Amino acid sequence: MDKKLEKIVQALQEQFGSSVEEFRNEAHVFVKAEQIVDALTLLRDKFEFELLSALTASDYYPQETPRFHVIYQLSSLAQNITLQLRVPVNSDQLKVPTATRVYDTANWREREVFDMFGVVFEGHPDARRILNPEGMDGHPLRKDFPLGYEEPQFTFNYDDIDLKKIYAKE
Amino acid sequence: MGIEQKLGDMGIVTTKLEELVNWSRTNAMWPMLFGLACCAIEMMAAQASHYDMSRFGMELMRASPRQSDLMIVAGRVSRKMAPVVRRLYDQMPEPKWAIAMGDCASCGGVFNNYAILQGVDEIIPVDVYVAGCPPRPEALIHGIVTLYEKVKADKFVTPT
Amino acid sequence: MAQIEEVGYEQYKHLVSERALTGETMLLNMGPQHPSTHGVLRLLLELDGETIVNAIPDIGYLHTGVEKNMEAKTFLKAEVMTDRLDYMNTTGNNLAYCMAVEKLVDLDVPERAQVIRVIVTELQRIASHLVFMGAFGLDLAAMSMFLYCFREREHVLDILEMCSGQRMMTTYFRPGGVWRDVPVEFESAVRSFIQMFPKRVDEYEALLTKNPILLDRLVGIGILDGKTALSHGVTGPTLRASGINWDLRKARPYIGYEQYDFNVPVRTEGDTFARYIVHIEEFRESLKIVEQGLEKLKKLSGQPVLSDNRKFVPPPRAEIGVSMEALIHHFKFWTEGFPAPKNSIYNAVESPRGELGVYLEGDGGPKPHRVHMRTPSFDNLSVINKITQGHLVADLVAILASIDIVLGDIDR
Ligand code: SF4
Repeated sequence: MDKKLEKIVQALQEQFGSSVEEFRNEAHVFVKAEQIVDALTLLRDKFEFELLSALTASDYYPQETPRFHVIYQLSSLAQNITLQLRVPVNSDQLKVPTATRVYDTANWREREVFDMFGVVFEGHPDARRILNPEGMDGHPLRKDFPLGYEEPQFTFNYDDIDLKKIYAKE
Repeated sequence: MGIEQKLGDMGIVTTKLEELVNWSRTNAMWPMLFGLACCAIEMMAAQASHYDMSRFGMELMRASPRQSDLMIVAGRVSRKMAPVVRRLYDQMPEPKWAIAMGDCASCGGVFNNYAILQGVDEIIPVDVYVAGCPPRPEALIHGIVTLYEKVKADKFVTPT
Repeated sequence: MAQIEEVGYEQYKHLVSERALTGETMLLNMGPQHPSTHGVLRLLLELDGETIVNAIPDIGYLHTGVEKNMEAKTFLKAEVMTDRLDYMNTTGNNLAYCMAVEKLVDLDVPERAQVIRVIVTELQRIASHLVFMGAFGLDLAAMSMFLYCFREREHVLDILEMCSGQRMMTTYFRPGGVWRDVPVEFESAVRSFIQMFPKRVDEYEALLTKNPILLDRLVGIGILDGKTALSHGVTGPTLRASGINWDLRKARPYIGYEQYDFNVPVRTEGDTFARYIVHIEEFRESLKIVEQGLEKLKKLSGQPVLSDNRKFVPPPRAEIGVSMEALIHHFKFWTEGFPAPKNSIYNAVESPRGELGVYLEGDGGPKPHRVHMRTPSFDNLSVINKITQGHLVADLVAILASIDIVLGDIDR
């Protein structure tokens, strides 16, 4: 790990008691949901992480605790380092405080995570779906959401599949 | 070659109304300026200088559906976009045609998933399918010429 | 228009100003089918006369479910999906994804492959900027720009087709290198392009840069300052036009960009004109890189272009003909794929639009557990409301064109 990064990670560990994983020279710091806004503010103001590169999530279904990790990928232009924060979220408490007050870009990114995973960002100014149509059921990137695969029709199974199509019912 | 030779001295041409109408329809068919995804870039390339679709009477791309005869569905149609495509199609005046350009518009292409319509023919009637991901501009032009052949063979029928 | 009544702007209530609720300002729907929204972007405009009070983007009309679909494929097969994200920069997407896979499984790439990657990526960058220029001209009623730019773009596409067999969706880069070596005509084709193109760029400049009509429409319009840009996650030429010198090719060199001599054009004005100039300058810089790349390529001729780590790279075709093991390996390789460690990485490259990042997570099996593409246009577009406020509707078109969005990149 980079010297500069090490110092930052240490500071995070001291302040938030977070655990750290290292993989291929990248640091993944685990913080709790209620600490995330403080952690981001600290990183932005003290350690010059000006850019929130990515905000996404990952689903670990069928594991329930934690079911999701919300991932914050930060970049510092001044020091030229990156850092990843991960917030584990349990399936019975799908809530993370919003980071929109720290980074403006979190606004749309959080809407996307809400749309795709159903993680609620508390205090978000505009909590709507962003990519999927309004009124859609479910959250597509969850592992228990089907891909929505449509079977290809060949000659041998043409009629079977035809029966399942929407127009067959009309 | 040309109309003069056929005219002879008389200054009169006789033809069937059907043929005349179909001829005029094919020679000034205005497509709608309507790009969805990657295929739209190839559609733009077909319009631009290298391939130049105006050779086939298509100099004008109309942005308004009310002024266009042909809808080239260039790209993947998502479930969110589907009602819009249908609505645009409905707004086009008769007679109208549709080309499904690319694999996505024809059958869903590589995207066999929850978000993409498995072929635009689920929502609008399609006359010509152009395969390819994306189809080369030549392929699109071939699709259009094929459509012309189809239009030229149209018969007038009394609506029942 | 009619659509607003139909949708009902209930859901936008908290986004528009109070004057809209009393009917003092007008709500106007723009898109998703509109000639100047570059695809299927929908904007809800709140207008006071012709002045924009709020411009609220509504995206997702091209949502393709790429990320979900990639989870259902093996690492190698998922690559074809990346082409279709940002369809102006297909090889760039391949690069980002391949580098992510290489980083995840720890795979080395031969040097010649790196050089080919640099050349092809830069050519693609030129092609992408050409589409930008064309569309930008078209939106500002400089129709001939569109025709010129697409004429030049054909040259680049010919070169790409020469390498990969496809004009746009190349899938030319593979984890571990490139699919195959460049053909013999490659060098002369690229050389003739390099010779021809600088003159053409000068022509574009002669047409646009000092054009008073254009200047009236561009200078001082849509000013974006660096701090707002960073907070909104804006990257790429849009950020560099706002005075922040941040280019991943320089900052965190990958595929050997540190060996090339090029500048990063930066402007401080942050307006639409600055963004246009940055794009023009980048043409020249990319050409420089391509030229140096060709020299390097010559020196490395005859070297392999694909790693020979058989765990992650299929055996070459020639071997399949003579060796049974290679055939079996090839079959198993493509049907089963290779396992990746149960961990995650994030890798970013500089696409023509900004930071294109890939978050890739393996679960020990042959399929990715989660792929997230951090696409630059998504964040670049999110700033549109801030920079269009107070401008006219006609300026909105110019601003939208100048931040160079690609809807496939936004909606994924
Ligand atoms: S067919 Fe291919 S090129 Fe065309 S829209 Fe679909 S993915 Fe894009």
